[in-house]
Amino acid sequence: MTEATDTAGLLSLVPRAEARQSMKDFKSDQEVRWCPGCGDYAVLAAVQGFMPELGLARENIVFVSGIGCSSRFPYYMNTYGMHSIHGRAPAIATGLATSRRDLSVWVVTGDGDALSIGGNHLIHALRRNVNLKILLFNNRIYGLTKGQYSPTSELGKITKSTPMGSLDAPFNPVSLALGAEASFVARTVDSDRKHLTEVLRAAADHPGTALVEIYQNCNIFNDGAFDALKDKDRAEEAVIRLEHGQPIRFGAGGRKGVVRDPATGDLEVVEVTAENEARVLVHDARTASPTTAFALSRLADPDTLHQTPIGVFRSVERPVYDTLMAEQLETAAAAKGEGDLAALLAGNDTWTVVG
Amino acid sequence: MTSQVSSPAEQADGAGGAEPAVVGEQRTPPGPGGGGKEVRRLDRVIIRFAGDSGDGMQLTGDRFTSETAAFGNDLSTLPNFPAEIRAPAGTLPGVSSFQLHFADHDILTPGDAPNVLVAMNPAALKANIADVPRGAEIIINTDEFTKRPMAKVGYETSPLEDGSLGAYNIHPVPLTTLTVEALKDFGLSRKEAERSKNMFALGLLSWMYHRPTEGTEDFLRRKFAKKPDIAEANVAAFRAGWNFGETTEDFAVSYEVAPATRAFPTGTYRNISGNLALSYGLIAAGRQAGLPLYLGSYPITPASDILHELSRHKNFGVRTFQAEDEIAGIGAALGAAFGGALGVTTTSGPGVALKSETIGLAVSLELPLLIVDIQRGGPSTGLPTKTEQADLLQAMYGRNGEAPVPIVAPRTPADCFAAALDAARIALTYRTPVFLLSDGYLANGSEPWRIPDQEELPDLRVAFADGPNHTLGDGTEVFWPYKRDPGTLARPWAVPGTPGLEHRIGGIEKQDGTGNISYDPANHDLMVRTRQAKVDGIEVPDLEVDDPDGARTLVIGWGSTYGPITAAVRRLRYSGLPVAQAHLRHLNPFPGNLGEVLRRYDTVVVPEMNLGQLATLLRARYLVDARSYTQVNGMPFKAEQLAKVLEEAIND
Repeated sequence: MTEATDTAGLLSLVPRAEARQSMKDFKSDQEVRWCPGCGDYAVLAAVQGFMPELGLARENIVFVSGIGCSSRFPYYMNTYGMHSIHGRAPAIATGLATSRRDLSVWVVTGDGDALSIGGNHLIHALRRNVNLKILLFNNRIYGLTKGQYSPTSELGKITKSTPMGSLDAPFNPVSLALGAEASFVARTVDSDRKHLTEVLRAAADHPGTALVEIYQNCNIFNDGAFDALKDKDRAEEAVIRLEHGQPIRFGAGGRKGVVRDPATGDLEVVEVTAENEARVLVHDARTASPTTAFALSRLADPDTLHQTPIGVFRSVERPVYDTLMAEQLETAAAAKGEGDLAALLAGNDTWTVVG
Repeated sequence: MTSQVSSPAEQADGAGGAEPAVVGEQRTPPGPGGGGKEVRRLDRVIIRFAGDSGDGMQLTGDRFTSETAAFGNDLSTLPNFPAEIRAPAGTLPGVSSFQLHFADHDILTPGDAPNVLVAMNPAALKANIADVPRGAEIIINTDEFTKRPMAKVGYETSPLEDGSLGAYNIHPVPLTTLTVEALKDFGLSRKEAERSKNMFALGLLSWMYHRPTEGTEDFLRRKFAKKPDIAEANVAAFRAGWNFGETTEDFAVSYEVAPATRAFPTGTYRNISGNLALSYGLIAAGRQAGLPLYLGSYPITPASDILHELSRHKNFGVRTFQAEDEIAGIGAALGAAFGGALGVTTTSGPGVALKSETIGLAVSLELPLLIVDIQRGGPSTGLPTKTEQADLLQAMYGRNGEAPVPIVAPRTPADCFAAALDAARIALTYRTPVFLLSDGYLANGSEPWRIPDQEELPDLRVAFADGPNHTLGDGTEVFWPYKRDPGTLARPWAVPGTPGLEHRIGGIEKQDGTGNISYDPANHDLMVRTRQAKVDGIEVPDLEVDDPDGARTLVIGWGSTYGPITAAVRRLRYSGLPVAQAHLRHLNPFPGNLGEVLRRYDTVVVPEMNLGQLATLLRARYLVDARSYTQVNGMPFKAEQLAKVLEEAIND
């Protein structure tokens, strides 16, 4: 059980579980119907395993999803849940979270759901900083519709709908979220249970919208999309693990590091030497400006995924929409008194007709 | 010579029952209020203020309306303005007008043709003159009738001088000059002073019709509280207009329209527009249901005023969420409904099109939700500020799959209050999205409203599910989210936070009872039919038919055509032609007796501001040879026009 770093106290609005919970408590009675070998199983297990840690009353947790393979997620969680329509989960969850601050509201979405058909809702949820935890399962492909390219697929992707290769440059979800004023942005990988859980923990504690991009393997239509980050031999050179307050180093023995190019201000990867070691950037997820987090998000090669940072890019506190909305209601009630319906209906200009 | 005399047939717009019309014109001796001038009594007057969209005509009309309401007349208004905020000055498309009909008896429409037109410039005259009957009075701001403004709208010679207005009773008034003159001691620039000319015109009309003035002066001081000099300048212009009427010889007569005391049942009244009444209806529905009201909306004409109004009442616990788009507006409302709020989204036709998929989800989730559609001219962007009733079939059928949604339609501006409560009753009782179909005419039009006591409002309280509702074969108590109430077929509303009732719902077909995903063909057939049966079984009152004379022709309408249809029916009955009238509030489901009512008549006429959408439904459902009469010019029907159509139908 970790101590929540919930400085805005939002989790404290959610009732606590009376008894100790286990992973079993969060499994619904529904048979899980993803393809055997799908990365979604690992994420589901990680979430079910992590939920008891939060210690929240199960009935006050809600999972809302859109459409796509990952959006079946709520059916498998023994909490309240809604499997809604394509792309709209952030909008629906916004209504729920802003009207019920006693709930812990989670959104489960995919790269097509969140970044294509639902792109607008995603960026506006992030900008508003509604108290939502958004898990974006990115498999860089459309799975449920059987294998068309997605908005995160690499340029030139050969799929059923793009036999000669896709023509559009992919989104980098972390860059997009940072550009949309997100207060919490993280990336993790389905197969790294420990890292995934750590990121979920940080997201749950965050007051406001937390976006967690989860690289998730679709073993049917895009198998091995993240092998570069998972393969033991290659991962060490490809993955940059971000840890707040730590120098950003990776590669065998930490031989590589991220430094700022003094000429452009941009970030670059260098071989760490005694000479430049002091220049290696120390990761600061809590800095007010998103500039460096954005620069970090640009290090990855969209094709090979080399130099992909994972972990929490940004975690800053700023006003939470639901809180502000609730405060306006309180302010109005304090200033004008609780609504008096008869007075409202009568208004200022009335006349009386006597029989 | 004045046209301000009601003919008996016109008077019949207002006369209730068979009682003959009361007063056409009566002369009363000059009284102190008339300043020694002649005062005539009228039973009803129609005034139209017309000017540039920047001239403040809507404000002028609103103020005259408030004065008239305070005086106790019955009234009905028709604001008419362009979609552009400031259309090019002095052009025909830039003309904005406000028509007000007020009377000493009960009236139903803003009137067919104005008795008095106030034309602030040549464009206003040109755009409105065709509606003005010969002999009517026209007050013209002569200052604007100079070469360029006249040329802009195609007047080669001045209509003030070329005799083309010979058939009218013209009052040429240099409104701008007089206003500037009246404000010369206020230290305003000429441009600033000119802005008050609408208040000068209002003052003049207020004198002509003996309107109380305190309300307008208070209003101006409140509105310009932060700019007291502007407030006083407007008050001064308003008073100058009044005094001008009293002193100048051109205005020899003023008019009295007595309060409509006999038209109104006992009670306390106020004037109210449709959008305001609808907003209050929503707040009242939340109150009566004991649920927080949650509005998810995206600004769109002519619905935005509801968003504005509700956002002012946060002390009622009302949450308003201005979403990123129409889809998010309804999405948030639906999310709030899942959490136990009274969820509402407000929009117009184009917004409904965008919300369709979410409405379908709400049908499938069986959650209460109100979709308020303030209809406007379509298709596409259409005529944003003009009225139409062409979303009926969109509301009825505009979704994928079999997705029945109840439809409620208010008939007058004030009726929007009761209609909102009724829509909420259906949504909450049957756990279903409900359409509330208002339109631009109802939204912006206004009329007196008897303020209801809270005891008169319906009890809308709902019981959330709080425990298991089903026992399995092995005796286990479980919660089934789709186990229905046998009477209403509504499913339980179990809100997050309720222990033991955790459940998952979604847009995929659900197994009857458990709500689990089911692709079973027989189950889908059952669920489709059950959702339809639930809507078909909604309790709605029988259709009332007004048929005092045993007519053979029935006129039936829905929504905002109530006023002009009823006015037309009164005219016909006054002239001895029997006609029956019925008006639908519930369009889905239809009242149970509708088929029987339709079959009772030889001829059924259906006037609509679309191309016959209700007529199509009636013909399909009841196999009656309903005659459609339609108009889609962005304006409400005129009573005269409908009377003619009905007369032809009766005589056929």
